[in-house]
Amino acid sequence: MGGFEPQARWQAAAFLAAGSPSFTDFLASAAPELLPRQDLPGGGAGAAGDLPHGTTIVAAVCADGVVMAGDRRATAGSMIAQRDIEKVFRGDEYSCVGIAGVAGVGVDLVRLFQVELEHYEKLEGRALSLEGKANRLAGLVRANLGGAMQGLVAVPLFAGYDDDTGQGRIFSFDVTGGRYAEQRFATIGSGSPFARGALKKLYRDDMTVQEAILACMQALYDAADDDSATGGPDLSRRIYPVIATVTEDGFQRLTDSEAGRYAEAVVAERMQLPDGPAAPLRIAAS
Amino acid sequence: MSMPFGYVSPEQVMKDKADYARRRITQNSRSGVVLSCEDGILLVTPNSSRALRKFSEMYDRIAFAAVGRYNEFEALRKAGVRYADMTGFQYDRRDVTARGLADWYGQLLGSLFTDSPKPYEVEIVVAQVGKTTADDEIYRITFEGSVADEHDFVVVGGQADRVAALIKERYSASMSLPDAMRLAVAALSVQGDGAPAEPLSGTQLEVALLERSRPLRAFRRLSGGRLEGLLEQAKAAQVGQAGQEGALPAGSPESGTLTGGVTAAEPDQADAGQSDDAGS
Repeated sequence: MGGFEPQARWQAAAFLAAGSPSFTDFLASAAPELLPRQDLPGGGAGAAGDLPHGTTIVAAVCADGVVMAGDRRATAGSMIAQRDIEKVFRGDEYSCVGIAGVAGVGVDLVRLFQVELEHYEKLEGRALSLEGKANRLAGLVRANLGGAMQGLVAVPLFAGYDDDTGQGRIFSFDVTGGRYAEQRFATIGSGSPFARGALKKLYRDDMTVQEAILACMQALYDAADDDSATGGPDLSRRIYPVIATVTEDGFQRLTDSEAGRYAEAVVAERMQLPDGPAAPLRIAAS
Repeated sequence: MSMPFGYVSPEQVMKDKADYARRRITQNSRSGVVLSCEDGILLVTPNSSRALRKFSEMYDRIAFAAVGRYNEFEALRKAGVRYADMTGFQYDRRDVTARGLADWYGQLLGSLFTDSPKPYEVEIVVAQVGKTTADDEIYRITFEGSVADEHDFVVVGGQADRVAALIKERYSASMSLPDAMRLAVAALSVQGDGAPAEPLSGTQLEVALLERSRPLRAFRRLSGGRLEGLLEQAKAAQVGQAGQEGALPAGSPESGTLTGGVTAAEPDQADAGQSDDAGS
């Protein structure tokens, strides 16, 4: 960015332009080579098979906000590519985002999204609304449609605290940029059917943050139980799911020892009841 | 002496542009103070607008301050945020530094000054809070692109020399936040013709802090209740100090107000201001 030579001067104009508050739009005009690759030259479907994939993310709304949790396994085919990958991230002060699918694509997506949120906040002097953030994320996912068609699929799960309504909310996405507001809880990734089943039985309205964390931990355990690509709590290595909470007080990621306490409680219970808590089966007395 | 009609020498063009910018900045702005204290880097300026800001967050530990024409420094601020975010995205968050930004602004303003018929009527400061006051970095960039590495504090715009002289008199790097606030407000309150003036109140001030102890994003605005609280503390700090040192002139019970001490000492410091070549 040294002296503004004729070519670079055009760049100075890009920086000074009264453009949109979107960082992605700015990159597209000033330095498009820095944007994540949207499709690969000559890549065909199936190219993604050997790449690390992230797996299960769960999120649940609770009375004070929302909880998101993700397991720590990345798989490449039948191999475990990484035991302690992180797939749940801070979006900004009042949101978090988890990713499932091709890890490299997902991590790039999150990095761009984080800058996107902060960039808007700094340029405009106020944070985006929660819907605004979700819509922006949908746009970024849509931009990867070409890659997704070649097999490089990554989709996020987005959750945050809505300052306007004082509630936690969850949004899920598909590769075309479809954005869906989820009620109560949502799961994505290969272990998501099992996690969703577990959450369906464990979820209660107006759970406390602690209860929601426990429910998410149980759901991840069930996902790991039935999906080989999802990792359970690794007690011997002290690798536990990443857990994030977003409440009125903002984003918080549980420390490893805090997450460990929840994980150990769930594992200890499963030593007695391997399938987890049983739901009561009684027809209500009329 | 025969010159082509309409010819103006390059020296004259540059001088005219510089004079124009300097005059406009002095006339059309009020001073902004950026000073380093124990709790971080404090930014204070008179500004009654709640929406049009002179201080902003640039990056995790870096703030931007500007005086002059709003539309021009706002464009520069946005350009800087774009540069900072792009650098941080391309490399790492730690690779965005105040020095890099100040250099970049210097290049940008330098070429704008040379190339455009009208120079930018702005003066900007890029400040980065460090682990201790010794690690703080404050850079001042002028309308023609020169970059100055300032220590401890800097004053830009308006009667910058006079305000800087007042601050220099009492500044110490180990100041607490209320002390720094008191000093800045007192110095800013006596600008203009140098006559004693009402101390600026919370609603007339724009105040921001790069808070040393905050992890990640250190910038925060102080307004409303928080600002009033700090101003109260600053007032209390002065009363305490006055009792200790007995430095304040005996007189009305009002002598414990924010301007009291500085107003009394002002004539000396105005002299110091004239001989001080720290200004532009």
